[in-house]
Amino acid sequence: MVHGEAWTLKEFFTYPNEYIYWTIQIVMYPFMTGLVAGAFVLSSLYHVFGVKQLKGIARFSLVFSFALLPVAMLPLMLHLQQPLRGIEVMLTPHFTSAIAAFGIVFTTYGMIVASELWFVYRKHFVETALALKAKERRGAGEQFACLLFSALTMGAYDVSHEALEADERAVKKLAAAGIPVACFLHGYAGFIFGSVKANALWMTPLMPVIFICSAVVSGIALCILTYIVTMEIRKALAARRPELPSKEELKSAESQVVVMTSRYLLMFMVAAITLELLDLVFRGYTAVKSWDILRSVIYERDFVNIFVVQYGLGNLVPLVLFLVPGLTIRRAILGTALVLLGVFMMRWNVVIGGQAFSSSFSGFMHYTLPIWPDSMETFKEGLGGALLVAVVPFCLFWILNKVMPVFKETH
Amino acid sequence: MIDRRTFCKNTLLIAGGLALPLSALELFDPKRLLAEKDQKGARWVFLVDTRKCVGCGFCVKGCKVENEVPYDANVTRTWVERYLVTSDSKTHIDSPKGARDGFPRKEVEIGHGKLEEVRDEDLEKAFFVPKLCNQCDNPPCVQVCPVGATYQTEDGVVLVDRSWCIGCGYCIMGCPYGVRFFHPVYHVADKCNFCYHRISKGMQTACVDSCAFGARRIGNLRDPEDPVTKVIMTERVNVLKEEYGTKPQVFYLGLSKEVK
Repeated sequence: MVHGEAWTLKEFFTYPNEYIYWTIQIVMYPFMTGLVAGAFVLSSLYHVFGVKQLKGIARFSLVFSFALLPVAMLPLMLHLQQPLRGIEVMLTPHFTSAIAAFGIVFTTYGMIVASELWFVYRKHFVETALALKAKERRGAGEQFACLLFSALTMGAYDVSHEALEADERAVKKLAAAGIPVACFLHGYAGFIFGSVKANALWMTPLMPVIFICSAVVSGIALCILTYIVTMEIRKALAARRPELPSKEELKSAESQVVVMTSRYLLMFMVAAITLELLDLVFRGYTAVKSWDILRSVIYERDFVNIFVVQYGLGNLVPLVLFLVPGLTIRRAILGTALVLLGVFMMRWNVVIGGQAFSSSFSGFMHYTLPIWPDSMETFKEGLGGALLVAVVPFCLFWILNKVMPVFKETH
Repeated sequence: MIDRRTFCKNTLLIAGGLALPLSALELFDPKRLLAEKDQKGARWVFLVDTRKCVGCGFCVKGCKVENEVPYDANVTRTWVERYLVTSDSKTHIDSPKGARDGFPRKEVEIGHGKLEEVRDEDLEKAFFVPKLCNQCDNPPCVQVCPVGATYQTEDGVVLVDRSWCIGCGYCIMGCPYGVRFFHPVYHVADKCNFCYHRISKGMQTACVDSCAFGARRIGNLRDPEDPVTKVIMTERVNVLKEEYGTKPQVFYLGLSKEVK
């Protein structure tokens, strides 16, 4: 069977070679990349702009951004027809291609986040390594931890006041350098689509900006949601583990952080929605050749996906939820979950919607998401592959938290 | 110890000193040498006469066999479209299996296995349009390939390196003509290459050879004596989707406005 045939339904006249080639994995790719960029921007609000109220979530979102980073690459690898050759993008980049920038931007960004994390956690690494070294008898696990933390210190054991201040200055500089790189990382994901002139829906210079704004929205929303879930777990653990702060302390810290962060979320949401609507209105107003087929996709075929799920459930309802005064944790959970759904649907409507019509402007294609896989291909480009991509960052976050505890006071 | 000022001064001196003899060297550029020899290569172009095509699909069959695109796979390097324009100015288009077996049914395929009947008395005009890769002068597929696996040769043909393509599909998305697809056996991007293995040996493409009606012809635009060049230079020819700025090099005679 030809690639794409398993999930594409055709209607009216489409060219014989046309199928939905970019499937759920290409929906996941900008979604996950957006989360990385958004989480980083959130952490930078504290580190660079000194928004003190976000201190509680800044380190959390930095570690989370690092956990999400490898997952931005995973969907790309999963959708390649020749995954073993994926590395060629890094080794022989062809610079007229937007994807070719991926290796460079991704690596630069990864190095910035890794170095920032190192400066943030250096004191913790040194203290843990020294404490483990001081122990006379170590088990196998402790021996491994000792080696790991010693390696992580990279020989810099100076934790004097001056050294720590120098660390903080470095963190600030790295965070500042990271913001444009994070925006570029996602902006160019938008550029990949926006520059495809053969696709009437994608072809707009607004695409990178729309992507950046919704990236920040989704990143902040996911950080709030995960923060709440982690805090709830900590609350449950607080009774059993005396070293944790009391349940009441955790509760007040949690609600304060959530309320503050959601204000920034609102701000970016307004920007994202404005741009998306501007794009829609502009297309209708100028009504170029492709508008006829776009209109039938936007207002008829994808009406529920775009206007009900994306704009209604994903934008309007959370806006109301966050704007009503007296934000509660439950309302925040519902709001952020809906925001994430909205951003995911925006990616879906761009990627799948963009392929919903033929280049002949005379036919339509429908993507049926493979749910029960009957081959590796339908697994990778179906629900299974998408869930795999969605679960991995949380597993990585759990592992990273063992090495870089997000709630421990470091400085 | 050397101070900073001396270090900068020395560095500049050494760099400047090195740059002088380096500028005397000239890099070897094979393209320039070729130009000096005044041996211009070919620029392959294609001419399709839609007035002569009868939609038999022999070209599609010939292409599939010649280029090892699996015969039953629903992808093809070239295809033929059928256009039926009715008196209510509606256009009905189809290309069942790329017209590999011609158009065995009178009804028009509209997807989901459904057929639509067009009555003879409603017909205003009907014609066939063969399609293939346009071997653009400004090929978007070459521009977007992240690893350079799709490239353009000196004689204008766009080729795919099967051993290098990573299968990302960006070129498929970038082509406004929908000629590209994933090869079901090699799992890399594939498309018509004007039968490069044949034309570079002085032969005709498989589809030109299979066409009994002379609807398809290939020629060299840099040769003024080439019959195809003469037609392109003297007659009113047209190209597809010019608005994309791809500068396609497949020229059509008798192109109708309904053609997508």
